[in-house]
Amino acid sequence: MKQNPIFSWRKIIESKLFFPLTALAAILLFDLIFIPDFFAIQIRDGNLYGNVIDILRSGSTVSLLAIGMTLVIATGGVDLSVGAVMAIAASVAALMMNPYVLATQLSPETQRLISDPNFTNSPLALVIVVTLLVASVCGLWNGILVSYARIQPMVATLILMIAGRGIAQLITNGVRIQIFYEPFAFIANGWVVVPFPLYIVALMFVLTWLLTRRSALGLFIESVGTNARSSFFSGVDEKKIKLLAYTFCGFCAGMAGIIASANIKTSDANNIGLTLELDAILAVVIGGTLMSGGRFSLLASIIGALVMQATTISMYARGVPANAVMAIKGVVVILVILLYSEQVKGLVRRITAQRKEAQS
Amino acid sequence: MAESDEDIVMMDGIRKSFPGVKALEGVDFRLRKGEIHALVGENGAGKSTLIKILTGVERPDQGTITFDGKEVSMKSPQHAQAIGISPVYQEINLCPNLTVAENIMIGAAPMKLGSIDWKLMNQRAEQVLNGLDIDIDVTQTLGSYSVAIQQMTAIARALVISSVKVLILDEPTSSLDTHETKQLFRLMDKLKREGIAIIFITHFLDQIYEITDRITILRNGKLVGSYETQSLPRLELIAKMIGRSLIDYDDMKQAKLESSQHINKSDVLLEAKGLGLSGSVEPFDLVLRRGEVVGLAGLLGSGRSEIARLLFGVDTPDSGSLTMKDKVIDEHSPVQSIDHGLALCPEDRKAEGIVGELTIRENIILAMQANRGVFKYLSLQSQYELADKYIKLLQIATPSADQLIKNLSGGNQQKVILARWLATNPQILILDEPTRGIDVGTKAEIQKLVLTLADEGKACVFISSELEEVMRTSHRIAVLRDRKKIAEFPGDVDANKIMKSMAGSE
Repeated sequence: MKQNPIFSWRKIIESKLFFPLTALAAILLFDLIFIPDFFAIQIRDGNLYGNVIDILRSGSTVSLLAIGMTLVIATGGVDLSVGAVMAIAASVAALMMNPYVLATQLSPETQRLISDPNFTNSPLALVIVVTLLVASVCGLWNGILVSYARIQPMVATLILMIAGRGIAQLITNGVRIQIFYEPFAFIANGWVVVPFPLYIVALMFVLTWLLTRRSALGLFIESVGTNARSSFFSGVDEKKIKLLAYTFCGFCAGMAGIIASANIKTSDANNIGLTLELDAILAVVIGGTLMSGGRFSLLASIIGALVMQATTISMYARGVPANAVMAIKGVVVILVILLYSEQVKGLVRRITAQRKEAQS
Repeated sequence: MAESDEDIVMMDGIRKSFPGVKALEGVDFRLRKGEIHALVGENGAGKSTLIKILTGVERPDQGTITFDGKEVSMKSPQHAQAIGISPVYQEINLCPNLTVAENIMIGAAPMKLGSIDWKLMNQRAEQVLNGLDIDIDVTQTLGSYSVAIQQMTAIARALVISSVKVLILDEPTSSLDTHETKQLFRLMDKLKREGIAIIFITHFLDQIYEITDRITILRNGKLVGSYETQSLPRLELIAKMIGRSLIDYDDMKQAKLESSQHINKSDVLLEAKGLGLSGSVEPFDLVLRRGEVVGLAGLLGSGRSEIARLLFGVDTPDSGSLTMKDKVIDEHSPVQSIDHGLALCPEDRKAEGIVGELTIRENIILAMQANRGVFKYLSLQSQYELADKYIKLLQIATPSADQLIKNLSGGNQQKVILARWLATNPQILILDEPTRGIDVGTKAEIQKLVLTLADEGKACVFISSELEEVMRTSHRIAVLRDRKKIAEFPGDVDANKIMKSMAGSE
């Protein structure tokens, strides 16, 4: 057999996207075989609906988290607080639109006013800007602890993971604020041919890609994550790079928090973003970024996030109970991670080498 | 090659390639019982790969290994050890915080009533060490002993865990002083007489002639040949290793003499006055002029690297002042130093130099890009141009600029780090042990490069534990002892004078 040097088997296997794409394809293949009409897409009012669209839509929060988390993990750190930061963001946004609920007794008139889907206390743009700012400050706090106070990333971000939900409760005085403002709900529930959150994810992906790959930032992050000391000796400001990564991760968590609260139209400090930090970390790991830091691929991380989400939706569509879905997710993760192990890779390499020999 | 009963190891037609690199191309290797066999070659010649294959760390793509008359395929390092092949690596894989006895007996500790019989364990460890003519307190932590004792403990451990037939010593003497080396050689001689075959890898030619019986030479992944040590003259050995006639050192002397005439006494690039950091190095004065190479000589731990770190701003001094081109430096950090035209090739190449997961290209542009900032990103095209330029200039052996730096040999990694700094176009270049663990040919290349750079009007600080090398390259030599600069000599001083000054017996 003649070998094509551009599409050699090995080159494909060693590409960052190979394993996450294989995993995603396997799950979709499962759907194709076992779930009738899984890929059916309906068009209503010019908008698209269906299971596949659902995967993309409900995966948008994890995808956003994964974008930020990728940069943090690539510097050799981890951010456990993103779920809590989502809750803080949700509380801030809800409070800004609807601060009246903090009063214990509302006059019927006020009650009517705030239930109006067109009422908001602050304009939407301001709500979004302030929320993202608060989330970024949360990230900045993590970054300062990690890079300047030299606290281990897991411990440093654990602090906000624990305290964050308390802070979110404090902001809303322990009340679950309902959000009636329709334009805000549109952020998660709106449709412009495809669900609106997809545009946000796409925009964030493109911006982050440009930021990391069209500037030297990506190189510096990978350099710091691979060998912080060598980077420092080469004049890369290792602390600032880490600070930036954590701040950006907080920003992404804020964005995810806005989408999550807009989706359920409330600021549920106890449940918004719960355990999502783990999904985000797994998405990044499935995307092939090492927990020890170094090389990263944003696209692979997003595919990783979709693998997680596709597993969940497929299982629901198949009628698997919610509790069992968690276990199945675990199985998918371990399979992909096994594919990454050097042992398994070596095995594949030997098998392909033997095949090549047999062919020649 | 004739087979004989005496051969304990026979490796035939060993081939191994890594992505983009042919590490070994059909190498044969014979090791006899009870001999000390030197394995030599330049960096990247394939020594490490051959050893890794012999010890089961890597598997050969092709070729056979015969051990003690039987063909074997090494499954793992554990397997190799179990049949009697024991490596003792350059970086010793022992635990410095455990006692000597624990280090020797770990995994083979005698048990009593389900727990370790400490008394018996210490006795056995002592016996083993006594058998090697080493008399130390085995209940002390390993870290409290010299590197030589640690090396020998590693050997003792190898003797305990299996009945060793083949012992592999990879650069065991690189961090030993003369006395310690002698101690190690006595031990090797003893083991040899007991019938153990020893593979000895070193860069020190003197030691090869002192202790080994035979030499196998590798070059570029191919076998050059195996020779009786006594019948191979030293110059011939070097010629076979580097495959070309030795660079004429007289040539370099001439170059140094010529370049010393260009030094302008009044053109001071850097001046340190009373610069010091307590606990690191005592206050010192140092002047660097344009076109000058200043050597720092001193024993390990005398403060050579500490001076480099102070000058480059890795450490912040607590006394004195540093002036660069008439500008007083008040903020000490690598970022600032690079901005002022300084560069430092650090001593610890692996921990402080290379960024392993990045490509050669990325490693080369790193410092330059850091200096330009995040947003003035060099276009890919100019990155490749830059990388290719230095790969050619410094003769870095690699199939392409996209090769990961961790896949290169030590000498080539060092060249990439040099390229990283040359790309920043520094005025002052500090080289801390730039030739450590590097073969003869590359060493000479780097020394020559230093003189060329000085000729171009840069100032260099050259730090090395090899005095000969410092003397060959430096126009001026500062001597350090016990974290203190104690003297300065012109470059043509007598070596004995410097050594006396280093030792403190004037």
